[in-house]
Amino acid sequence: MASLITCPHCGVRPREEFSVRGDATPVRPLPNASDEAWHAYVYLRDNPRGQIREHWYHEAGCRRWLVVERNNVTHEVVSVTDAASKTAGGAL
Amino acid sequence: MSLMRYSALQIVKQAFAANRGWKPVWREPEPKPHYDVVIVGGGGHGLSTAYYLAKEFGITNVAVLEKGYFGSGNAGRNTTIIRSNYLLEGNEPFYEFSLKLWEGLEQDFNYNAMVSQRGVIDLYHSDGQRDAYARRGNAMKMHGVEAELLDRDAVKALLPYLNYNHARFPILGGLLQRRGGTARHDAVVWGYARGADSRGVDLIQNCEVTGVRRDETGQVTGVETTRGFIGCDRLALATAGNSSHVGRMAGLELPLESHVLQAFVSEAIKPAIDHVITYGASGHFYISQSDKGGLVFGADIDGYSSYAQRGNLAMVEHAMEEGVSLIPGLSRLRVLRSWGGVMDMSMDGSPIIDKTHIPNLYLNCGWCYGGFKATPASGLCFAHLIAKDEPHYVARAYRLDRFQRGLAIDEGGKGPQPNLQ
Repeated sequence: MASLITCPHCGVRPREEFSVRGDATPVRPLPNASDEAWHAYVYLRDNPRGQIREHWYHEAGCRRWLVVERNNVTHEVVSVTDAASKTAGGAL
Repeated sequence: MSLMRYSALQIVKQAFAANRGWKPVWREPEPKPHYDVVIVGGGGHGLSTAYYLAKEFGITNVAVLEKGYFGSGNAGRNTTIIRSNYLLEGNEPFYEFSLKLWEGLEQDFNYNAMVSQRGVIDLYHSDGQRDAYARRGNAMKMHGVEAELLDRDAVKALLPYLNYNHARFPILGGLLQRRGGTARHDAVVWGYARGADSRGVDLIQNCEVTGVRRDETGQVTGVETTRGFIGCDRLALATAGNSSHVGRMAGLELPLESHVLQAFVSEAIKPAIDHVITYGASGHFYISQSDKGGLVFGADIDGYSSYAQRGNLAMVEHAMEEGVSLIPGLSRLRVLRSWGGVMDMSMDGSPIIDKTHIPNLYLNCGWCYGGFKATPASGLCFAHLIAKDEPHYVARAYRLDRFQRGLAIDEGGKGPQPNLQ
């Protein structure tokens, strides 16, 4: 369930301690990228059913940005990693 | 198919015939191999689209495909509020058009949708919020819609049971739209379904679309379904909640994210709340009383991507806290039921009714959690778009490419954050 998140720094914590930024898959384009690339980054989403990666911020804990990998149909959390770590797959 | 008219006389007539003369409300036809228009999604919007296509535009070779049963999605998972108290140019004329359709709906489709114009009051809790609501009321008046800014005493006269001694979130007044209110969501679905069916539209339940078939020029030729292939000249998607999923079958990438919104019903009590009240002090909360007596209320979306039709306890607690802070007496009630619906959250909080890059594919999506009140206008405008290939004048702003062109309709001023809309 997405009611409890296992923060890699703080352990198991309730969902209320976190704020959610959104989809972690879009990659910020270069500043001089085309308008189309920026439009896609800011506005378009794959919005898949199933396993997703999302940016969560541990606001009431370690204040780290995390990548929460979870299933948006079953609400099962698969993994939680620090967004800055290489396994999380990239920076904000 | 001949339509049995519903009336008081009909009830008397049927009573004398021992109620054996009532007919099924709609047919259960087998899908035909080909239709002029196939509408995917048998919720309020899909069914109203079919109804207006047949009634206003004479297009009757139409099928509505629904993966479950009619009203099993968001049409049956809302808090039944109707209103047209919007601020922005792109929104207000559309929602007022919808409210006007609500006002004539029951006569129009000869079905009791229990439309009740009991008044919607948005409470304000600070000077800044009062100014924002005054501005919104004035914007409504500029579009010919009545609105009244109430002070604290006027609100207290209407709603004496609110907590007026709240130190942190004092109630300073409210914006009242007397013509707003509620309607019975199931009856809206059934009324539109019956009206469409009687004009020749095939309503096909338990028929999930699994693919969109296109020819070498890119045109849509039909849909693959759990009940076989169904061909069509024009394909219309009205699958809010799952628009990205269905859109992907046709190669669309949409400015949407799916989120779960919860709602709650209390045990039935005697008539207590005879308005729709919204509370915006510490988040968002809205409440009304159904004709069965239950208090119907809800708050914000849970805030993370979800296709599950159930929500999280954190938001349950938040909704209850808001409710009790506003109406202390709520703490004595038991919650009878709660449910979740999957919302198409768009990037500006406003919907999309538009053509797509595929010439015969039409899109109706992005209703966030405001789709119920829009049901009549959404159907009429979508039917207009499908029939005439040009947008209805009140829905011109709901373009798919508005983000690319810098023309977002951001009613709440939240920016491109679907979970905050």
